[in-house]
Amino acid sequence: MADSTVILNGPSIQRALTRIAHEIAERNEEKGDVVLVGIHSGGVPLARRLCALLSGIWGQPVPFGQLDVGMHRDDLANRAAPAMEPTVIPFDVSGKTVVLVDDVLFSGRTIRAAMDALNDFGRPHRIQLAVLTDRGHRELPIKADFVGKNVPTALTERVLLRLTEMGDSVDEVVLEKP
Amino acid sequence: MTWNRKHLLDIESLSPDEINTVLDTARAFKAVGARAIKKVPALRGKTVVNLFVEPSTRTRISFELSEQRLSADVINFSADASSLKKGETLKDTARNLEALNADFIVMRHSASGAPHFLARVTNASVINAGDGAHEHPTQALLDMFTIRERKGRVEGLNVTILGDILYSRVARSDIWALKKLGANVTLCGPSTLVPRAFEQMGVRVTHNVEDAIRDADIINLLRIQHERQRKTMFPSINEYITLFGLNRARLTKTKPDALIMHPGPINRGVEIDSEIADCGRSVILEQVTNGLAVRMAVLFLVNGGKGPQEIVGDQPAPEKPKVKA
Repeated sequence: MADSTVILNGPSIQRALTRIAHEIAERNEEKGDVVLVGIHSGGVPLARRLCALLSGIWGQPVPFGQLDVGMHRDDLANRAAPAMEPTVIPFDVSGKTVVLVDDVLFSGRTIRAAMDALNDFGRPHRIQLAVLTDRGHRELPIKADFVGKNVPTALTERVLLRLTEMGDSVDEVVLEKP
Repeated sequence: MTWNRKHLLDIESLSPDEINTVLDTARAFKAVGARAIKKVPALRGKTVVNLFVEPSTRTRISFELSEQRLSADVINFSADASSLKKGETLKDTARNLEALNADFIVMRHSASGAPHFLARVTNASVINAGDGAHEHPTQALLDMFTIRERKGRVEGLNVTILGDILYSRVARSDIWALKKLGANVTLCGPSTLVPRAFEQMGVRVTHNVEDAIRDADIINLLRIQHERQRKTMFPSINEYITLFGLNRARLTKTKPDALIMHPGPINRGVEIDSEIADCGRSVILEQVTNGLAVRMAVLFLVNGGKGPQEIVGDQPAPEKPKVKA
């Protein structure tokens, strides 16, 4: 078994999400125009939690969508076809501020694919990015607007999110060394 | 999630896991069909040849639209216009298509096994769109998708296939898929079209329609394929309608939530009464819609290269492992 360290436990994940929710509220004064879109798979339950927190701060429901970038990946020819979930964005994103939510920001390729996929649902006024962890090693000029925790990593390490919503027994983010 | 195949030639060689992988992937593609812009870039720059050596309208149109929605370039090659009429062998046709850099060949052929042969002589991915009376794998997959979507599962359901089984590639593919996913399959029709030999596939064979549909959760009707029958297999169409046609009287003796399926084209008034074809229990048009999603899923899956399937977080492209010292 690989050597692994817990870098965020349950309470610290929830504290990070609460802070991100307040930062989103601070950055976006026009609260009716903000929508959250979680990226499969880890980003979806995180976006749901952020949605609940933001709805509490603003006192009104925040629209929620989920997006799978599988069909928009730039490496489809080099890998086996990825498992995919349906993309469900039940509202028009045109003119909205879309906050993309993901668990781990790494190469940035998933975010590029997500922005590409989002195009087919309208023309957002702006897109912002919220991630629970940023582990560095970007391969594209992409930067997160809201970060739960910056985690310096080696390329060979893996950052894994576990959440009870995904069938895990605890909430935690783990750094696995090979 | 399991898929490492370059071709889709039949259902017989697929594992239950592989069938479920297609169905799961198709769920994502069905959502694409429901939005304003129904196109994704997954096969951008790839070339698909639809090689329909046997005439087909609906399957070809379904494949063509699926390919276009995946952003592939599409060439249609039909029996009438092609050089096959001029004496070219299938192997030479395939070689010529390969010289055009075709990445996929979707083939319908009147000879059983033709796609398997094609897969051996070409580098392109081959998808069987129906070969003789052998198999029609994408039809079976879309049937499984439709059943799973409506009933939540396939396992344990009673599925009756009613009609011309002997000449039906749809029936063979459906039987394989249903058995692999754990359904109880009953075949019914005139004894000349539903021989007992099918019992070797692990299904029940009956020639009594009331007995066949009484406990069915799904009634899958098949058209009488006059074009494939070399001799008269039953005395008259009228007799077939009387003995096997699905009508309102027969439908009242089935489970109230039994669904009616048909791969099309339907012959109204023969295997199915016209009013039944349009009733709320008929999912015939849903099958057509689901066919697009399933065919997109199949093209997407066979396009996959050899590599890891699992994606954890936002991983970089796996082909360049540059490790820092």
